[in-house]
Amino acid sequence: MIGNERLAVRKTYKLYLGGAFPRSESGRTYEVHDAKGAFLANAAWASRKDARDAVVAARGAFPKWSGATAYNRGQVLYRVAEVMEGRHAQFCEEVAAGEGLSSGRARAAVDAAIDRWVWYAGWTDKLAAVLGSANPVAGPYFDFSLPEPTGVVAVLAPQRSSLLGLVSVLAPVLAGGNTAVVVTSRERPLPAVTLGEVLATSDVPGGVVNLLTGDAAELGPWLAEHDDVDAIDLTGAPAERAMEFEREAAGSIKRVLRPPAVEPDWSADPGLTRMRTFLETKTVWHPKGF
Amino acid sequence: MTHVLDPHALTAETPPRRELPTPYADVTRSESAFRAFLHGLPGVDQVGAQSRVAMLGTRSIKTTSKAWAIDTAISMVDLTTLEGADTPGKVRSLAAKARRPDPTDPGCPPVAAVCVYGDLAGIAKEALAGTGINVAAVATAFPSGRASLAVKLADVRDAVANGADEIDMVIDRGAFLSGRYLDVFDEIVAVKEACGEAHLKVILETGELVTLDAVRRASWLAMLAGGDFIKTSTGKVSPAATLPVCLVMLEAVRDFRAATGRQVGVKPAGGIRTTKDAVKHLVLVNETAGPDWLTPDRFRIGASSLLNDLLLQRQKLRTGHYSGPDHVSVD
Repeated sequence: MIGNERLAVRKTYKLYLGGAFPRSESGRTYEVHDAKGAFLANAAWASRKDARDAVVAARGAFPKWSGATAYNRGQVLYRVAEVMEGRHAQFCEEVAAGEGLSSGRARAAVDAAIDRWVWYAGWTDKLAAVLGSANPVAGPYFDFSLPEPTGVVAVLAPQRSSLLGLVSVLAPVLAGGNTAVVVTSRERPLPAVTLGEVLATSDVPGGVVNLLTGDAAELGPWLAEHDDVDAIDLTGAPAERAMEFEREAAGSIKRVLRPPAVEPDWSADPGLTRMRTFLETKTVWHPKGF
Repeated sequence: MTHVLDPHALTAETPPRRELPTPYADVTRSESAFRAFLHGLPGVDQVGAQSRVAMLGTRSIKTTSKAWAIDTAISMVDLTTLEGADTPGKVRSLAAKARRPDPTDPGCPPVAAVCVYGDLAGIAKEALAGTGINVAAVATAFPSGRASLAVKLADVRDAVANGADEIDMVIDRGAFLSGRYLDVFDEIVAVKEACGEAHLKVILETGELVTLDAVRRASWLAMLAGGDFIKTSTGKVSPAATLPVCLVMLEAVRDFRAATGRQVGVKPAGGIRTTKDAVKHLVLVNETAGPDWLTPDRFRIGASSLLNDLLLQRQKLRTGHYSGPDHVSVD
């Protein structure tokens, strides 16, 4: 009897794009290491063409997702949290390895991430009441202001907080009815890969969330300049290039969410800023009936 | 009592006999001779055809070659609208797009033709006057082709009278598939005659022909009968234009020119939606029939949504960043 110890299956993850898991168009992959430098897995290294395809997928998914009722969107997002709960142990393991946390602190981060997702799921059908208004006008009209989703939002996810940070930037985009193209943390992409598997097995329509593992510095300019991206969240952009990305985004008058000077403590109360940034206020006048 | 405008229309018209090019002068002398000829054409290696197009599809066309390919593809587009809901207004706006596909860039070439139903050919003709862009009209009871010869010929004459420069006819697939090749042949000859000056494109509707062998036979039949172009599909049947089908048709026009000296064009139509598809077709043309076919006189692409994708790719090359569907017109 020789060698009865099992040979581990080495993983090469793929992108999550348009509801499917394709390899990078470029064929590139890169090695992902844990906080101590040990090999964890291979991840797909997304190219600009993957970003382009992701934008096409996100644009295609936008009418259905933005057109769903706020209540329905909340149900779909809540279901995501349920599936995340089922993957709790896997998330804990990945967060602990990637961020170098103790198992207790990793568990706390995963708990907070799932709770954050539920919190945003609850906001979908409250946004119109909180951010919209019935405006007083001096005439025989009704006048309403309503928040509407901005469109396709490119998100450069935080580089350090691989799950709680990711959820904190992605969920507010989705809650408002936008579709997202996310560039994940380069060094710590595995929780994002697992989140992709969660999204694929929940009720979120394909293309609403597209997760590109790779380099925000490489993909940032293409997404910032892309004419069919309506807004960009620069949270995970390299500090020295954020200004450049913002300038490029101006060419197609995108909404831009500037990056914080240092990555914030994601466990703090998120407030409404992130949701409000990716909502447009539409005001309608309507004559009163007789 | 039948209701037709021309009292003689339904009397049996004797289709005009066509002089065939030398090596094939007597292949249509009888039904059996014609069948023997068509079935005597070499069989198509289907697996070989598929692997050939798969191999050619991997060619990488970049930078200046890509820019050339995009502009060439735009100049080969038959911009098409064939819907029951077509209106004169829609045809006019399509004509405007045909003249200046990208209004922000005067360097963008116009398309080759606008393809409409016969009754709207006059509108298209008027809107395209003086531009050099042709008006193509579908006729012969498009898309099914299920009507009597007299009705089909009336359809063709009507479209030509409305100003069509090119007629896209459909073959009688029922007759072809049941082996009545001479009927199909005679019908194409009669339609060609009815076209007068107008160019004739013969739609084989390859999606209904099932095998590549049948595509090869139909191609030869259409070329012998005098078609100026052979066209894959109506766009109403799936699968429409596929690369293996296009390969077989390009081989047919190449071999036909080698044998007779007459150069027939090819038009894939339907299902070509992306720039990548279009470029794959151009590579296939160059490698199969040769560069003589890389002109709008010899190769056309029947499409509607393809043009917008070509324009988006063109804008990407020009500006260096990705464009979006908000930057091209909605058809």
